[in-house]
Amino acid sequence: MNKQRKAVALISGGLDSMLATKVIMEQGVHVEGINFFTGFCVEGHTHAIKKKDKAKPKRNNSLWVAEQLGVKLHIVDVIEEYKDVLINPKHGYGANLNPCLDCKIFMVNKAKQWIEENDFDFIITGEVMGQRPMSQRKETMPVVAKESGADERLLRPLCAKNLPATLPEREGWVNRDELYDFSGRSRKPQMALAEKYGFVDYAQPAGGCCFLTDESYSKKLVDLWQARGNKEYELDDVMLLKVGRHIRPQPHFKMIIAREEGEGRFLQGYKKDFISMNCISHSGPLTLLDGQLSEQDLQLAAQITARYGQGRDAEQVEVNIHLPDGTEKQISVKPLKASEIPQEWFV
Amino acid sequence: MSREILDARRLLCPLPVIRTQDKVKKMLPGQQLEVVCTDPGVMQDIPAWCRINGHQVLETITNEGEYIVVLQVGE
Repeated sequence: MNKQRKAVALISGGLDSMLATKVIMEQGVHVEGINFFTGFCVEGHTHAIKKKDKAKPKRNNSLWVAEQLGVKLHIVDVIEEYKDVLINPKHGYGANLNPCLDCKIFMVNKAKQWIEENDFDFIITGEVMGQRPMSQRKETMPVVAKESGADERLLRPLCAKNLPATLPEREGWVNRDELYDFSGRSRKPQMALAEKYGFVDYAQPAGGCCFLTDESYSKKLVDLWQARGNKEYELDDVMLLKVGRHIRPQPHFKMIIAREEGEGRFLQGYKKDFISMNCISHSGPLTLLDGQLSEQDLQLAAQITARYGQGRDAEQVEVNIHLPDGTEKQISVKPLKASEIPQEWFV
Repeated sequence: MSREILDARRLLCPLPVIRTQDKVKKMLPGQQLEVVCTDPGVMQDIPAWCRINGHQVLETITNEGEYIVVLQVGE
C-alpha cells in the first residue's frame, strides 16, 4: 500500500489558496494549512476596531477557509522575523512598502522548516503565474522555489502545468494531469473552479491581504521611520498606524486622533504608554501624542484636538491632559480652524 | 478540573488565537483554558480554531468589554 503523502498549504484566506488546497486534497493527499501573521495582515478584526464596522460579520478568513475545507490550520506568529524582510528586502519593494517577493520567499522558507519538523512531504501555494506583478511572475516563480530552499518540494497546483514537473508530480504523489495551467490576471478560471467545488462565499480582498500594499499606510510607516531616525518598529506601532487620523505638527511629535467611538476605545488601551488628551467641556475625540512635547507643543496639540470635537466653534475649550503615570492637568484653548491646520501636517 | 487562564487583553485577532494555540500545545487533554480578551472577534475565531483542531468550547462570556472563551483541550 502506498504511503499517504502529506502537504502543508499556505492559506491566506483568499480563494486561490483555498482552491489549491482542495485540488490536492482531491488527490488523496493529507493537507494541513499554515498561515503566517506578520502584523501587517489585513484582517476583519482590524477594521472591527471601528464602531461602524461592528455590525459586519467578523471572521478570520484563513480559519474560515480551513474549516470549509476540513483541514487543520497552524497560525504562526512571525512578527519579529518579518522585520528583516520589511526593512532589508533583497528584491526591493513594490508600488508601496510591500516587499512581496521577499515575503513569499520568507513564507515558503518558513513552510519548508515546518514540513521538515513535522515530517510532511511538500508545500502547496495558491500562486498563479502572472497574477501579481511582483511575486507571481514567470521569472520570479523559480526564484521563490530556489531562494526559499523548498526547490522541487514547492507545488503550485493552479499553474503547475505551466512549470516544470516538481518532485510530488514526478514521484506520482500527485497526478500532474489533474493540476491546472492558470495564468494571467483574469479571475475567471478560479471562479469556474470555485463553482465546480461549490465554493460560493469566499473572500476576495480588493487590495490584497497586506497593509503594506496600501499607499496611505506605507506613508505613515515612512513617517514613523523618518521621525525616529531608524526603521525599528514594534507591533504596537504597526497597529496604531491602522487607527485614527495622524497629524504631525512638528517633526518631534505626532498626534493620533480617534475618528469615532470604536477607535477611541481602542486608543484608550494606550493611555499608559502615551500622553493623551481629550476635551472635557465638550464631547470630542481621544488623542494620543507620540514624542517629547513641550508646554507649547501641548497647547498646540490641544487646539488641534479641540478642532475635532463638538466645541470646534467655541471661543474656549477645556482639554484634559493625561500623562502615562496617571497624573492629569487641564488647559483652556481656542480650537484651531480647519484652515489653520496645514495640509502637510496630515500624514 | 484544573483550569488555566490566558490573558489576551489588548491583542487583536489573530493574536489571541495564536496565543491560545501556543498555550494549548503545552496542556494535556481534558485540561481547561480560560482565554480573556478585549477583541470581540475572538468569539468567532477561537471557537472556529477549536472546531478545526478538535478542542471543545465550554462557555463564551461577554462582560463589560471583555470576551472570555473557556475551552477544554481535546485528544
